Amino acid sequence: MQGMGKTGGGLTLLPPDRSPGMLPEFVKGLWRENPIFVQVLGMCPALAVTNTAVNGLAMGGATLFVLVCSSFLVSALRRLIPKPVRISTYIVIIATFVTVADFALQAAVPAIHRELGAFIALIVVNCVILGRQEAFASKYPVGPAVADALGMGGGFLLALTLLGGAREVLGKGSLFGASLFGPSFEPWVIMILPPGGFLMLGFLLLGFAVAKEARQRIAARRAAAGKEAA
Amino acid sequence: MSDRGNLVWIFVSALLVNNFTLSYFLGLCPFFGVSGRLATAFRLGLANIFVMVITSLAASFLNAFVLPHAPYLRLISFIVVVASTVQFVEMVIKKTSPALFRALGIFLPLITTNCAILALALFQTSRGYGVVEGVVFALGAGGGLTLALVLMAGLRQEAELSSIPSMLKGTAMNLIIAGILSMAFMGFAGLFS
Repeated sequence: MQGMGKTGGGLTLLPPDRSPGMLPEFVKGLWRENPIFVQVLGMCPALAVTNTAVNGLAMGGATLFVLVCSSFLVSALRRLIPKPVRISTYIVIIATFVTVADFALQAAVPAIHRELGAFIALIVVNCVILGRQEAFASKYPVGPAVADALGMGGGFLLALTLLGGAREVLGKGSLFGASLFGPSFEPWVIMILPPGGFLMLGFLLLGFAVAKEARQRIAARRAAAGKEAA
Repeated sequence: MSDRGNLVWIFVSALLVNNFTLSYFLGLCPFFGVSGRLATAFRLGLANIFVMVITSLAASFLNAFVLPHAPYLRLISFIVVVASTVQFVEMVIKKTSPALFRALGIFLPLITTNCAILALALFQTSRGYGVVEGVVFALGAGGGLTLALVLMAGLRQEAELSSIPSMLKGTAMNLIIAGILSMAFMGFAGLFS
């Protein structure tokens, strides 16, 4: 299980009696329990379509929509869904909203829909969405469930846009389609090809680990200095 | 191209050139989750091949007889087929090899949410493959998934023995190994022009 749900925020079961406030439920998904960077869930879409910032934004937006709608419905129906068939029920609910998102994107932005291809349909099997239904929406009332979905979906959107933006800047020399460095820029093509996805996420995670360690070292030094002063 | 040549092309393309894991990023959860030990990784790969072949047959059947009447049910019917196939495989493995069942643990039911399986059915539909082509495609894609899993497991077992900076350990290291593996597989793109 290494590398999955490290903080336990993913598929672990929270005690349902802990009454959650709305704001903390929203904020936690954005950074502290970020689905991509911290829980390392939903990797397939996160790496497959993030060769430009726009694609990352579109994919994140579609996932956010599906997650919020599914969490709303699952939470509203949580007393009616029989326990033995709950996973199948969640999947059917999710698949319904994914079909809606698929057709809506096809109608509204056909170019992006063509580029994302089958990965829109594959939102059904995104473990972030199923994970939130099982771990959160099925236990809490509609308000917190939607707040949690908005936070997690927002965190996902943020991570995908960041990843797509970083890969686009290095691999194409542009951001959201606008050229940054002028014609003399030599693009690092590997970054928008498949290996670039793995490498970029690996280096981003490494960067976060370095930053965390540096912060801890500074905190430790400050604590030691405070003790000496006292 | 002759008919047999076409089948060979579909197989090799899915196995190496357009490897599901390393160039389409499908099935990454087991790729990072179960690639700790070589034997387990290989068996999970075999289970995946089996589920893929069954799914491919079922998808061909659905495409021919059911979905022309109700195209909006495509996604829902595919996922139900995948879920029931996985349930079936789970029961068979539990009965025949309890040790393997324990070793695979949560990742066996999670084959349901392995995007590679659903993607196989979707790609097969969008490319208009028939029954035989579909099965060959499933064998190639499943074989490619197994190959990637086994290679990754071998590399990780080696990496455990070497000294790695503590900040790099875990997911970051695995991602970078996967990136290098993916670069190596890009070399196969020259096989067909």
